Amino acid sequence: MTDLSSQKFPQFGDLRQALAQYTVGIAFLALVLLNLLITPNFASMNTISVNLTQVCTIVIVAVGMTFVIASGGIDLSVGSTMAIAGALAPLIFTGAFLGITDPFFGVVVAIVLPLVVGGCLGLFNGFLITHYNIQPIVATLVLFVTGRGIAQVLTNGSLQVFNRPDFQFIALARLWGIPVQVFIMLAVVFLGAFLLRKTLFGRYLLASGGNAAAAKMVGINVRWVRLVAYAICGVLSALAGLIVVARNGASDANLVGLGIELDAIAAAAIGGTLLTGGRATILGTFLGACVIQLVRYTLLANGVPDSAALVFKAVIIILAVRIQRKHVN
Amino acid sequence: MSINHTSVPGAGGARDPNNMRAALGKNAMGLAVWATLLLMVLFGWLRYDNFLGAYNIFSFFQYNAIFAAISLGMCFVIVTGGIDLSVGGAAALASVLAAMASPYGVMPGIIVGVGAGMCVGVLNAYCVVQMRIAPFIATLATALASTGTALLISNNQSVGVSYETLFIEFGQGDWFGMPIPAVLVGVLFVGGWLVLSRLPLGRRILAVGGGEDASRLMGVRTDRIIFGVYIFSGVMAGLAGAILAAQFGAGQPTEGTGWELFAIAAVVVGGTLLTGGEGSVVATLGGVLLLGLLFNMLNFENGKGWISLSAYWQSVIRGGFLLVFIVVQAKIAQGREAAKHL
Repeated sequence: MTDLSSQKFPQFGDLRQALAQYTVGIAFLALVLLNLLITPNFASMNTISVNLTQVCTIVIVAVGMTFVIASGGIDLSVGSTMAIAGALAPLIFTGAFLGITDPFFGVVVAIVLPLVVGGCLGLFNGFLITHYNIQPIVATLVLFVTGRGIAQVLTNGSLQVFNRPDFQFIALARLWGIPVQVFIMLAVVFLGAFLLRKTLFGRYLLASGGNAAAAKMVGINVRWVRLVAYAICGVLSALAGLIVVARNGASDANLVGLGIELDAIAAAAIGGTLLTGGRATILGTFLGACVIQLVRYTLLANGVPDSAALVFKAVIIILAVRIQRKHVN
Repeated sequence: MSINHTSVPGAGGARDPNNMRAALGKNAMGLAVWATLLLMVLFGWLRYDNFLGAYNIFSFFQYNAIFAAISLGMCFVIVTGGIDLSVGGAAALASVLAAMASPYGVMPGIIVGVGAGMCVGVLNAYCVVQMRIAPFIATLATALASTGTALLISNNQSVGVSYETLFIEFGQGDWFGMPIPAVLVGVLFVGGWLVLSRLPLGRRILAVGGGEDASRLMGVRTDRIIFGVYIFSGVMAGLAGAILAAQFGAGQPTEGTGWELFAIAAVVVGGTLLTGGEGSVVATLGGVLLLGLLFNMLNFENGKGWISLSAYWQSVIRGGFLLVFIVVQAKIAQGREAAKHL
């Protein structure tokens, strides 16, 4: 039910399980080695920086997704939430929405309000699922369909270009040569891992996902736990949306977060989080996202077209889930 | 996943007085869809000129035949408790291949398109049945793979169909005043209704959705049934792809995104539970027409000039409808649970 096995080092003879447990780490190292051999200029600061910035949004969304999956659910609406947050922020700091003219206050609201909205959208998903007992796929489908439409209606479907260093610092500013968004990502991973491994909420979450009926009987408020999981996922999706538009200096409601739900689910699955709930690892999700990013980078850097990269990704997802099923169960 | 409140697939269950409310609820959803549909048509007829004109009706059915096809396949997958997110990608791949085969004639074009869809279906079935991978993740992966393949084959561009053969006719022509794709899909819907509601096979399909283990113990070959529904869904997606290529005169590798969600929405609006075990082909058709009609009426309403809603409102309104329908459905399901425990 819970991830007891991952808490202690596996038994010496239990090589197969150890292999399954560290599949994602091994895959990651293998990819790095492969790239050192075949990709020119791989071991450069520039390459590392590019990969880290590109993986940021996937990691942030995937951490939220891991919480939802651990609780026994799924969230298809993460991309739409990103689009709404990404559409709201420029509308707020340009004063088009709410009419805030003070630049500092405008930027603060432009960061805080989208996060709050993201949390509310997550709560909305959670409410549909816990209160009406609607399956997570269907319940989050509503926001998946509606959310992007709302973002498009807000911006009239047009590209919003802006140049606001005071807002864009969340993506573009650098500390010791490393983009701030990387620190944000690391903070999210660290806090997520702490929440899942070291707090009561984390224990409750895994119990609710592993066996909801049993969790209810021992007195866990499963509804509340799930509601919080969706809210976390919503806030993190909104954060990822803000980072994307800040990085691009433009917000396109048609494209922000498009298809990211699959990357996020795949990252969690590759990392070893059980898709049926009850077993999750944030560090695994982080490595899973890195594997996805590295595979894409390896293919692109070696001249393989983007469309073929899609096929590769599909094969990797199937293999990852397959390996998980074979060894863990 | 949440706890599944799967009910026993209801052979004769309606005669049990305790299940009266349940039976009422079940029919109520299908009735509600068709009643809403009727009201909308009435409203449209009274409000807009030419709403029931030959041109609008023709283009409505022509346009929605594609969505009806994938929704029929989706309906069968969903009643077994599965889901197929690959229909959009499969249709895109099929449209590219059908366009490439169109110089060899009408039938080769259709067969290649349907065959391509079928291959994706077989892949889905293999992943779900043999590899025991959760349907939504398996079909999401094959969706990626088929979109990627379609883009690779077509070199990221749409592929023109041959105008030498009558392939275009298949998408744009008519039989006795009705668009050919709509007639074809209509016949398939009648067949689907016969299978699901009138034949022993339909009972078995519903039984698998109601409880896979139980039906296996009863002697139903559950693996075969699940294999079959995914292949059927793939075939329907392939057909939709062939129709798409014939209608637009080109295979479209980038088309098809979001189709799976339209199909799921149509099935859900039609009252089919996503937990499997029950569902209706007729209500699914109602769901398709209802979602299509919303878009059609939005166009007419914009034409009136009172409001000016951009096309982006379409997804907001569709999502709103979806929300209302699933909440009502959930209420009915909860009432049914209560009725069961009387």
